[in-house]
Amino acid sequence: MQLIAFYILSTVVVLSALFVISSRNPVHSVLWLILSFFTAAGLLVLIGAEFLAMLLVVVYVGAVAVLFLFVVMMLDVDFKQMRKGFADYFVVGGMIGLALLAELAIIATAANTDQVRNFDPSPGADTNAEALSNVLYTDYLLLFQMAGIVLLVAMIGAIVLTLRHRPDVKRQNVGDQIARRRENAVEVLDVNPGQGASIRKENEK
Amino acid sequence: MELFLQWTNGNPWLAVLLAVAQVLAFLVVLLLSIAMLLWMDRKVLAASMLRKGPNVVGPFGLLQSFADFGKFVLKEIIIPAGANKTVFILAPIISTVTALMAWAVIPVAPGWVNADLNVGILYLFAVSSLGVYGIIMAGWASNSKYPFLGGLRSAAQMVSYEVSIGFILVTVLMLAGSMNLTDVVNAQSGGFWNWNIFGGGDLILIFVMLPMFVMFFVSALAETNRAPFDLPEAESELVAGYQVEYSSSPFLLIYLAEQIAIVLMCALMTILFLGGWHLPFFSLEDLGLKSGSLISSIIYFGSFAIKVVFFFFLFAIVRAIVPRYRYDQLMRLGWKIFLPTSLVAVIAVSAYVVFVKNGSAIA
Amino acid sequence: MQDVQPLVLDYLPVIIFFVFGLALCLAFLLLSAVLSPSNPDPEKNSAYECGFNPFDDARMKFDIRFYLVAILFIIFDLEVAFLFPWIFQVDAGNVEAFWSMMVFLGVLTIGFIYEWSSGALEWE
Repeated sequence: MQLIAFYILSTVVVLSALFVISSRNPVHSVLWLILSFFTAAGLLVLIGAEFLAMLLVVVYVGAVAVLFLFVVMMLDVDFKQMRKGFADYFVVGGMIGLALLAELAIIATAANTDQVRNFDPSPGADTNAEALSNVLYTDYLLLFQMAGIVLLVAMIGAIVLTLRHRPDVKRQNVGDQIARRRENAVEVLDVNPGQGASIRKENEK
Repeated sequence: MELFLQWTNGNPWLAVLLAVAQVLAFLVVLLLSIAMLLWMDRKVLAASMLRKGPNVVGPFGLLQSFADFGKFVLKEIIIPAGANKTVFILAPIISTVTALMAWAVIPVAPGWVNADLNVGILYLFAVSSLGVYGIIMAGWASNSKYPFLGGLRSAAQMVSYEVSIGFILVTVLMLAGSMNLTDVVNAQSGGFWNWNIFGGGDLILIFVMLPMFVMFFVSALAETNRAPFDLPEAESELVAGYQVEYSSSPFLLIYLAEQIAIVLMCALMTILFLGGWHLPFFSLEDLGLKSGSLISSIIYFGSFAIKVVFFFFLFAIVRAIVPRYRYDQLMRLGWKIFLPTSLVAVIAVSAYVVFVKNGSAIA
Repeated sequence: MQDVQPLVLDYLPVIIFFVFGLALCLAFLLLSAVLSPSNPDPEKNSAYECGFNPFDDARMKFDIRFYLVAILFIIFDLEVAFLFPWIFQVDAGNVEAFWSMMVFLGVLTIGFIYEWSSGALEWE
């Protein structure tokens, strides 16, 4: 039963990945990509790594794919123009693809051992998440902190690349608004009939 | 599921059948209660405006939602000529399916839960983050100015508040020490002073958890595009935002998804902060009721439902009395106030749990 | 079914929910498609505008700020993702893991302060 589920899910992953690169409409491509993320999460559940499955959905489907969708939907990319370069890049791209395929084949043959077959998704703990947390923050301290620095760089990079201040926009200064007091905002004048009120006169004194 | 397998002596197909029946019963109850809650929402809004509200269909207008359903279904489905048809129809389906799927992990009484996942909260966080797709897709597929702007605004808004929701979830999880929703509820048993809103048993934490609760409530309003954060459908500027071009049952689905998400947020607040199904002063086991018996389950379910309805009432009353936010103020509230505050709260609660509760040495 | 791990079995109701949700949506749409009238009309099917025909395609370029918000969201979402498994260590009173996370959060707080001071959080 689990084997059948595995084959169904992996077929869907491969098919939807194929549709990602073959569909003409870029938005449809992203939607297929989301489907393949989802089914990949299903595969992770099947081997018992439910925490990783949920993270895949939270990070890739819930955040990264949203950005992708933003970009392809709203950023008027000329896809005909991009297609023109297809033939030029085909050789290089094909070679990279072949290299990846070879790597996968090597891993697949090397992984066919008893250790991998009796894979334990949560060594030394009740759940996958606990097993991960037992080692992530202490045993893999360096990698964990490096992840933090990578995130910092990404944050600063994104701001430097995209932030452009528009000088002609009115902004709300909340501090000023709250600091405003009645004394320096309102002035009560004694106005004589027929003379009118002039604030400037007061200031000139 | 293991329980079903026991009941059926390990017959898998009967167990699956039982699971299907359970989900079906759950969905029927859920959808019927949402129909009733919709009626209540309109009645509350009407009362705040000194109107009568729906009062024609059925006794007190109780059947209004069903009449609306019939009306929606009988209307013509209009798909704009310039629209991307597949995505246009897919968007409401995705909204509704993801909103419904989130309910799979909600425990409504002891043992009354469809899928008791180890990572229940993470599942909810994941599925609720998918709600944004329905809106972006609806806004884009319509190929019309107002839906486009509405979808864009809505996406940025939901995404901004999701971060602080994540941090607030972490503070609650640290008090429970588990990501399973049933565990989170059971960690708050005993009485209302053990509820997370009052610090989860450590009264000093009330200074952190009470503000966290308020922030979660406000973030839930923003996340569900509910007034005062209903900018995506600000009718005075965007007509109806991303749903302008929708009619008939596609619109019904969008509307239904919104309501399901709102009730889900109410249920989530009940579970995370108000002790889930637990009673405020005593537990039924103290009174001599056998735990797990049908009567105690029903009483606990009633307690859960009352809390959910209370939160829904708060949602309704907020819509009636609070004016709409401006977009830049909304973003400022999310990024500049909620985000740092909830981050500090995470640090405060974790430091308390590590050093005071567990008594670990500082270094 | 016997060979399925109990953990995977826990996810069965999720799939049932998905199937029922989809069935519900399709039933609504189908009901509408069968029962409702269909009188298409060029005016009715045109995109909504304030009394005139839309000038151009509605999908336009827009403020890059929306992308910035999306990118910042991804970064903070990852931060939250790192925080979720950390709760087990907090619950167990693991001091080492606590300080490790404090350093991590400290690094990201530097980023947050930069973000704030550069005005990236201001909406204009």
